[in-house]
Amino acid sequence: MQVAQAPATREELCEALAAAGESGTPVRFRGGGTKLGWPPPAPPEATELSTAGLTELVEHNAGDLTAVLEAGVPLADAQAVFAKEGQRLALDPPDGGATVGGVVASGDTGPLRGRYGGPRDLVVGMRVALSDGTLAKSGGKVIKNVAGYDIAKLFAGSFGTLGAIVEVSVRLHPVAPDSTTAFGEATDADQLSRGAAAIGQSALEHHGIDIRWEGGRGAVLARFAGAAPRPQAEAAEKLLRAEGLATEIVDEDEPLWDDQRAAQRGPLVVKVSSLPTRLPKLLRAAAEAGGTVVGRAALGLSWVRFEEPSAAAVERLRREFIAVALDRPADLDVDPVGPIDPATRALMQRVKERFDPAGVCV
Amino acid sequence: MTDGSLLDTLRGIVGSEHVVTHERQLATYASDGLLQYAVTPVAVVLPGTAEEVAAVVRACHEAGTPWVARGAGSGLSGGALPVEEGVLIALARLRRILEVDVPNGRVLVEPGVTNIAVSQAVAPTHFFPPDPSSQIVCTIGGNVAENSGGAHCFKYGFTTNYVSGLDVVLPDGSEVSLGGPELDHPGYDLVGAFVGSEGTLGIATRIWLRVIPKPEAVRTLVAFFGSTVQAGEVVSRIVSEGIVPGAIEMMDNLSIRAAEGATNAGYPEDAGAALVVELDGSEAECETRFEHVKELCGKADSVRVAQDDEERELIWRARKAAFAAMGRIAPNYYVQDSVIPRTRLAEVLGKIEELAAEHELQVANVFHAGDGNLHPLVCYDGAQPGEAERAEELAGLIVKACVDAGGSITGEHGVGVDKKRYMPDMFDEPDLATFQRLRCAFDPDGRANPGKVMPTPRLCGEVPGPYRRHPLEQAGLAERL
Repeated sequence: MQVAQAPATREELCEALAAAGESGTPVRFRGGGTKLGWPPPAPPEATELSTAGLTELVEHNAGDLTAVLEAGVPLADAQAVFAKEGQRLALDPPDGGATVGGVVASGDTGPLRGRYGGPRDLVVGMRVALSDGTLAKSGGKVIKNVAGYDIAKLFAGSFGTLGAIVEVSVRLHPVAPDSTTAFGEATDADQLSRGAAAIGQSALEHHGIDIRWEGGRGAVLARFAGAAPRPQAEAAEKLLRAEGLATEIVDEDEPLWDDQRAAQRGPLVVKVSSLPTRLPKLLRAAAEAGGTVVGRAALGLSWVRFEEPSAAAVERLRREFIAVALDRPADLDVDPVGPIDPATRALMQRVKERFDPAGVCV
Repeated sequence: MTDGSLLDTLRGIVGSEHVVTHERQLATYASDGLLQYAVTPVAVVLPGTAEEVAAVVRACHEAGTPWVARGAGSGLSGGALPVEEGVLIALARLRRILEVDVPNGRVLVEPGVTNIAVSQAVAPTHFFPPDPSSQIVCTIGGNVAENSGGAHCFKYGFTTNYVSGLDVVLPDGSEVSLGGPELDHPGYDLVGAFVGSEGTLGIATRIWLRVIPKPEAVRTLVAFFGSTVQAGEVVSRIVSEGIVPGAIEMMDNLSIRAAEGATNAGYPEDAGAALVVELDGSEAECETRFEHVKELCGKADSVRVAQDDEERELIWRARKAAFAAMGRIAPNYYVQDSVIPRTRLAEVLGKIEELAAEHELQVANVFHAGDGNLHPLVCYDGAQPGEAERAEELAGLIVKACVDAGGSITGEHGVGVDKKRYMPDMFDEPDLATFQRLRCAFDPDGRANPGKVMPTPRLCGEVPGPYRRHPLEQAGLAERL
């Protein structure tokens, strides 16, 4: 890969991209550089285009619970600004150094997703640069808006393969004054899953139900936040106990959730898209393949981590599940994305050709 | 163009009884919920299965005939307005609920299923959060096309947040599966791109919806204030305290008077503003927060707290009747759907009042106050010469005032045919051209719901080659701005 360029303005970034488009040079966009290993490797002649120069927090409209940020703003820096007003962008993926643009482009999420959704749900407007020199916006900066196509959803999770995200408008949420977590342990995959399901299907208004599973034992974590979270946590604990889990209530719960986030990274991490009722099956498949699991139980999303990466482990999960390899060694011989239906793939290809006519965004 | 052979083909696909060509019957379909526009299509086709939808679209594709899909026809932007030389594909017969999977919070439906039927299918434990006012009749297919919202979307989000998968018939008649019951299918989020595309990218024939558990408790109050500015201040304080109400709705004096006349819900007709606040969630959380909301409403002239479901329903009845009740103020009204950053409310309302006075017309205001979605109802008498035109002009100026305040031309009704002329107020040419890229990837011939969303007709052409610098640029004689 060629030396990184870090244009100072979105216009300059757009020009650099257009120049690459003109010369047919493949481009790989870079934010904080925390997830560069996720997409397939860039060809050796590719040039790296960084958003490190786009670091303006353009607007924080505290009264409207919205913000406009350039793509290169580190998420943590933005959160520090929002926190002064008791607000946050409800995205909490694991990496400290990730930028807002990188988090959106990768669609990466943490435990808050269970309550607030992911980047696709929180981005209300976007400015993008395309390989033919177009700089365009979609959406707006109000939280409710259906004018025009939702280009932001298309770019969220697109890994920069359609063009560069240069600015996003986002919806913010108030930080709850208090939080507490009902915690339950089990050594049986079915029992664990039943515990998580009991809370997920109850009327309790949780801020995320996570599970973890490692070496034949695991835990359910159900978080409650608000002005009076304790009664809900106690009700959740009761549900876990009724399923036979060994339970406790953890008021100082931040470390528990930090551990959940941290387990989404590793030598090989495979993200599995499934459904809540298939959780026991996944826990068994992961164990059989030698992996450990953390997951958002109510969403059916799990991250399977392998200390010893192998293509066979990924293939094992793919026998039963939709599985995408995220963190992995560069030399691991595996298709990170996995199979996509040919008709769907062809439509995606047509979208790619329209947005990246030069075919350089890799 | 549509000749007899296409009609024969369509009859062959769906049966003669499901192809409408009689002028009087066609009139039923000439308008959707926005009655200011009416166009009679060549034929209305009512397919009964996804396979028939695909065959109908394929036949139109082969004949080079444009088409428009229609659900219940309750849309308020003319999104389902037919095209004169085209076919209207009505999806009312595709109304099966194919799968109900409460443990996984999923329901698989056909597009003609009504919004309320989804919540009914998963009651009493779960519900489908998007709740447009038309939810008794409007269809999920229409909700997907418009990305419908409703009173509860400030807390719960919009249709797009509750669709995980779609089977789509593309405009060439081919079928494609996007997403599924699971979240985060690999590849581009084409589900996200399709929802809200107003029927211009294809027809969804099977839709995976997410449903969620019903909240344990609901608390509702309505507070009456001397003015919308006072009510607006309370909204700001509620939100800045970190409270996220399930719904927070405001009505001004004119809409209160109209709604009260129609419903006898007990709203004082001299109130300057009514603010409906509904909290939902856990018992303990609701109780704590509700006490806080009551305190924040301390300066209201009066506050009514719903003691039971019946009273809650009564409070909502006035709000939900507001549109229909406008007949008491004027024979006709024109509804807008603009959005503003909520903090600009007082300023924009002042502007609307000023504009209304200038145009010698009355404007009633109903808002989803949490998310800044205004529904100004411009009242007029179509029988008075020039009044309809004046109302339309006033409505346009209101939209512009909202965009100037940093808002949007539409929050939930869609652009359709009605608001496409305002698109350039919000989007520049490169933005519009970028929208068109998505359209062209799905519908290169432009036959799906043509003439909607985009302000001017556009063609797709071939995929353009790589960008090349203009010779003047290459020579260093000019720069692109």
